[in-house]
Amino acid sequence: MLQKLCKLRGRFSLLNYNFIANLSPEVEELRGHVAKFANEEVAPLADKADEEGKFPPELWRKMGDLGLLGATVDPSFGGSGLSYSAHCMILEEISRASGGIGLSYSAHSALIVAQLERHGNEFQKKKYLPKLCSGEWVGSLAMSEPNAGSDVVSMKSRAQKVGDKYILNGSKMWITNGPISDILIVYAKTEPEKKQHGITAFIVEASMKGFSRGKKLDKIGMKCSDTGPIYFDNVEIPEENVLGEVNQGVYVLMSGLDYERLVLAAGPVGLMQAAFDISRDYCNTREQFGKKIGQFQMMQSKLAEMYTTLQASRAMLYSVARAVDQGNITNTDCAALIYYTSANATQVGLEAIQCLGGNGYTKEYPVGRIMLDSKLYEIAAGTNEIRKWLIGRQLTQ
Amino acid sequence: MKVLVAVKRVVDSGIKVRVKPEGIDLQGVKMTINPFCEIAVEEAVRLKEKKLIAEIVAVTIGPKQGAESLRHALALGADKAIHVTTEARIDQAVQPLDVANILAKLVERDNYNLVLMGKQSIDDDFNQTGQMLAGLLDWPQATFASNIQISDGIAQVVREIDGGLQTVKFKLPGVITCDLRLNQPRFASVPNIMKAKSKPLETIPLEKLGKLHNSIQITKNEAPAIRKGGAIVENVDVLLQKLRNEAKLF
Repeated sequence: MLQKLCKLRGRFSLLNYNFIANLSPEVEELRGHVAKFANEEVAPLADKADEEGKFPPELWRKMGDLGLLGATVDPSFGGSGLSYSAHCMILEEISRASGGIGLSYSAHSALIVAQLERHGNEFQKKKYLPKLCSGEWVGSLAMSEPNAGSDVVSMKSRAQKVGDKYILNGSKMWITNGPISDILIVYAKTEPEKKQHGITAFIVEASMKGFSRGKKLDKIGMKCSDTGPIYFDNVEIPEENVLGEVNQGVYVLMSGLDYERLVLAAGPVGLMQAAFDISRDYCNTREQFGKKIGQFQMMQSKLAEMYTTLQASRAMLYSVARAVDQGNITNTDCAALIYYTSANATQVGLEAIQCLGGNGYTKEYPVGRIMLDSKLYEIAAGTNEIRKWLIGRQLTQ
Repeated sequence: MKVLVAVKRVVDSGIKVRVKPEGIDLQGVKMTINPFCEIAVEEAVRLKEKKLIAEIVAVTIGPKQGAESLRHALALGADKAIHVTTEARIDQAVQPLDVANILAKLVERDNYNLVLMGKQSIDDDFNQTGQMLAGLLDWPQATFASNIQISDGIAQVVREIDGGLQTVKFKLPGVITCDLRLNQPRFASVPNIMKAKSKPLETIPLEKLGKLHNSIQITKNEAPAIRKGGAIVENVDVLLQKLRNEAKLF
């Protein structure tokens, strides 16, 4: 019996955490390539990009060339036709190298590109997807406003129909890639009296007259992901740029949020992996009281908790992703998923700083950055309070 | 012109190896294509892009998982792949002379004009297979290539040697082994990784092409000795004393 147990122990080597994701062999093989890119092209830029507070612009084309930007888009529009599980894996690996670069990547590939793939008509997809997939254009999603965050449907941006055009006026806030994007999906009220049933989604080009950007936000984390406000001053949008149906924008918005939360939930998993790896290495290297600090039970307890949390988050992420790939998507579980992984990532990030002690408190080590990056996921794509409200409402209706 | 590129699946260079008495612990360890083999594939793809060669065939010897390295080569741009299957441990039982003999059989079967390979694999570091293959085929060879030019059936190769750089020229067919500075391999793109799945992959059991003689026996496996710390000495007399008595230099 003991021999059998010992043999079993050998099989699940700690060095291959990913077995718990139960991804197909193709996606695991793809992970090898994505991880290589993340380690060689993204990770070396992470510190400097954060210090400068700027997304490395050359990465857009590089990611486009590798087919990462249009992960779930059909190849006929320049995409890679991958599953949501694969898309999650890509974000996980990029976030492991840099949370901010991962965030901008996800805003582009999941929030706008995948949304266009789901709701765009033939004409819109042909016009906008190829260059968004190649990295020639950068994309953004704009729904939040200075006074409409959690209460996003109370948005004030107004799109008035005049002839065969819509005249857009208003402003959007906290837009990821806002300072640099070429193409945006913008939600605005076409019939304000109808409240949430008067919202329409539009495809807006930054080159349109009346479009302008505000100053980049100085955030405490995700610093290399460019975030900022957008202003619309009588921007003329042609009718053909309505995404989905007029006044049906809330459905585009809400269903989009489910897929958004699924893919974004992979960001915290990648960040946790990075935090854990650094903590473990440090515990196996740093010596105090004549031995490696990893030999002390309190440190082992921390590592054990971090590991368990990471693996549980990873298992939930890919379970939900697999269900979505098979056509089973629920708003409850997507909200639960990102609530779970984001809350965990902040805690694991904090523990990582603690594991590294004084060193963890300096910018010499990336754990501080990782923790601050993780915190964002408790706020964006619906705060954890909103997510819990959604789940609670579903459970008590 | 047809090129054969030999690739090997090895332990990833980034991981920390655990040494056991019977060899490196391969349980659950990350494996990738040998870095020098990847450089050889990249060079073949670049030559094809320059229209100097028409077809690239990648070959590997190993168990089922060895096909990963072949798929990697196909994703980078190889046209076809050959998988010579064996369950033997490729970092121990599959040795240079046997490999060279098997590759020679394939060269004779398929008529390649050029064989490209890595200068050595990072698991056994033999640096012999390319040289032995050239000998068996009675072909010219250029090893440690850091630059390859091909025109009108003539290969001109810059070799990195201890004394500096040496340029050699020979008439193809020949064998070239690739060194680190030859090129920087591209990343495989998702579309190419998908396309690789439908490229032809031929499977041949090793016994059909050759035999593993195990002529080199591995008698011991041990990790390198842990480096002892140095010491700061007060003066030259103490230094001389340590050099004589501890380092036993004179």
